[in-house]
Amino acid sequence: MSNHAKKAAEFLKDEERARWHDQSLWFLREKRDNASKSVPDWESLRETAHKIKRHTLANLPRYLEQFEENARARGVHVHYAFDGSEHNSIVLKILKERNVSRVVKSKSMLTEECGLNHVLQKNGIEIIDTDLGERIVQLLGEPPSHMVLPAIHRKKEEVGKLFHKYLGTEKGASDPTYLANAARAHLREIFLASEAGISGVNFAIAETGGITIVTNEGNADLGNSLPPLYIACMGIEKLLPYSRDLSVFTRLLARSATGQPISTYTSHLLGPQPGQEMHVVMVDNGRSDILKQEKFRKALFCIRCGACMNTCPVYRRSGGYSYNYVIPGPIGTVLAPHRGIKKYKSLPSACTHCGSCTDVCPVKVNLHDQILEWKAEVDVSGNLGFVKKSAMVMATIVLGNAVLLALVGNLARMIFRILPKPICNFITIWGRTRDLPDIPAKSFRKVYNERVMNEADHG
Amino acid sequence: MEVGLFIPCYIDQLYPQIGMASVAVLESLGVTPVYPRNQTCCGQPVFNSGCFKESEKLAKKFYTHFRGFEYVVAPSASCVHMVRHEYGNFTQNDPEFARLQSHIFELSEFITNILKVERLDGRFPHKVGFHQSCTGLRGLRLGTSSELNEKKGSKVRALLQSLDGIEIISLSRPDECCGFGGTFSIFEEAVSSFMGMDRLRDHQQAGAEIITGYDASCLMHIEGLIKRNKKNLRVMHIAEIIACAIS
Repeated sequence: MSNHAKKAAEFLKDEERARWHDQSLWFLREKRDNASKSVPDWESLRETAHKIKRHTLANLPRYLEQFEENARARGVHVHYAFDGSEHNSIVLKILKERNVSRVVKSKSMLTEECGLNHVLQKNGIEIIDTDLGERIVQLLGEPPSHMVLPAIHRKKEEVGKLFHKYLGTEKGASDPTYLANAARAHLREIFLASEAGISGVNFAIAETGGITIVTNEGNADLGNSLPPLYIACMGIEKLLPYSRDLSVFTRLLARSATGQPISTYTSHLLGPQPGQEMHVVMVDNGRSDILKQEKFRKALFCIRCGACMNTCPVYRRSGGYSYNYVIPGPIGTVLAPHRGIKKYKSLPSACTHCGSCTDVCPVKVNLHDQILEWKAEVDVSGNLGFVKKSAMVMATIVLGNAVLLALVGNLARMIFRILPKPICNFITIWGRTRDLPDIPAKSFRKVYNERVMNEADHG
Repeated sequence: MEVGLFIPCYIDQLYPQIGMASVAVLESLGVTPVYPRNQTCCGQPVFNSGCFKESEKLAKKFYTHFRGFEYVVAPSASCVHMVRHEYGNFTQNDPEFARLQSHIFELSEFITNILKVERLDGRFPHKVGFHQSCTGLRGLRLGTSSELNEKKGSKVRALLQSLDGIEIISLSRPDECCGFGGTFSIFEEAVSSFMGMDRLRDHQQAGAEIITGYDASCLMHIEGLIKRNKKNLRVMHIAEIIACAIS
């Protein structure tokens, strides 16, 4: 069994939890449907967003330089990082030079991708995730299982237990409002004592050199305005040419992510606060390589809304950890194999090609087509596996010849008709959970030919 | 009108009655189906497993069997999708190959879009759950998927609805995947079955007696779960429903 299949089967063992996971995410999908249908020109917004991203990435060097120049003019220190480890070194160096021992961070998939927390901790810097969900998984010592809802795999009762242990909440308390208030009080003290803030970036605007951060909890705003030092970390694909482009993307993002018309906070940062030092670290980490590959390029259009995860029928029933990559779900499936096809060869097969991800995506990333392309890459790179490959080669031989197909088909049908049904079910993987169809005595071609002959006899 | 009749490999071997129902439906609408004897498979199972090279061989065979027909009709949306949308990888700008791609139709699509038949004269007094298979829905666009903000609806659904006495039940998730997914049903058997059971429950709660659709493969998966779990429902391919209703 493949890696993903194994982990998914494990996830499904707790049927009640699996069903709850599925329903919680489907609830978001429905909220997203309602929100998107309240915008009459939704489909043209998606198309426009797609075109803006295509244009920006086709002219990326120009827009990066423009952003850099404008951001510098606003007093921002701009850094470029080739990969994750260079990114981590840059951040570490900034923090070390200023003797920072405690950092607050607000949600950033990029720092997860680069493994920043681990590096900072190893170097004696305490880093505290300040989004509620992120804080939960951090206290649990787990990675996020969803891009927008990092602790979606945990129930409120489990959070209650966790907070009782770490934050001193009442034993057995699991009321979400109570727990959220406890987390807020706990985090507020941390914010006030923090020496630096780190956050991700949703959009960076070339025209102004400003960045836009979209959140619901306001923690990013505390993190980027209270401490004397603020570092924003972003992938180079986060760029947009003009401020006006935000009118397209902010309308799409919150609706797609959580079904909200707009998130609670959409903050536009145009340089540091008075007396503050601000840095922006722009990271490549393989993005240029993806950009070079036409069939995979559009994966860089992604705005990390998570809608493809919420809609994916497989993700909802296998959980984020079954993907074994920092970004799970359909978008994770198209990004992970760039980090090593052998390691992630089971992900493209964890897809039924239902195409819901592609239809739900606010920037029209051709997700399920790319997953199919990855399946082909798995085959071409020799990672399909002996059993699967042999089965496909055999199938091609049999299916490529009508006489052979009839012969093999007749034989197989005869065997399955003779054998008792429980045995038929037992000897096939199909039969573990599903009955085989009633096997007919004659194939269609036989029945059809008999009819044609009959008509000829009587005609 | 004469059309080439493509009966996909697994329908040939496992569901001859769906093939014969397709013949009956076409004939009742004044169409003469012609069945090329040496046809086998469109290559979809191999293609969807990533073996593009192997599927190219099957695609080229398919072409030799079906070239020259004005239209090709098949009772399987996913196989039609394979030919129409994926054969482009193999055609090397051959205009006749491209013509075949644009002239192959799923049976109910052929009835509504080419024959322009919107109503059928027949009776089918049953509560029916309509499973909109993903390749038919989001690949061939036989209806509007729930993700999109469009109001085109489904001609196929309307065609079914025109049958006397039929009641098409409303599902809580109108177009979620059933979990078949070709070899996915084998290699991701646990998720596949879990998804199928969820679909089944949705149809059952809505009071369906029969689950129908334009893809026999999804129906085979759902039927297997129905039988194993001894549910009081059955599946019928859309061709079988129409053939039964108009006879």
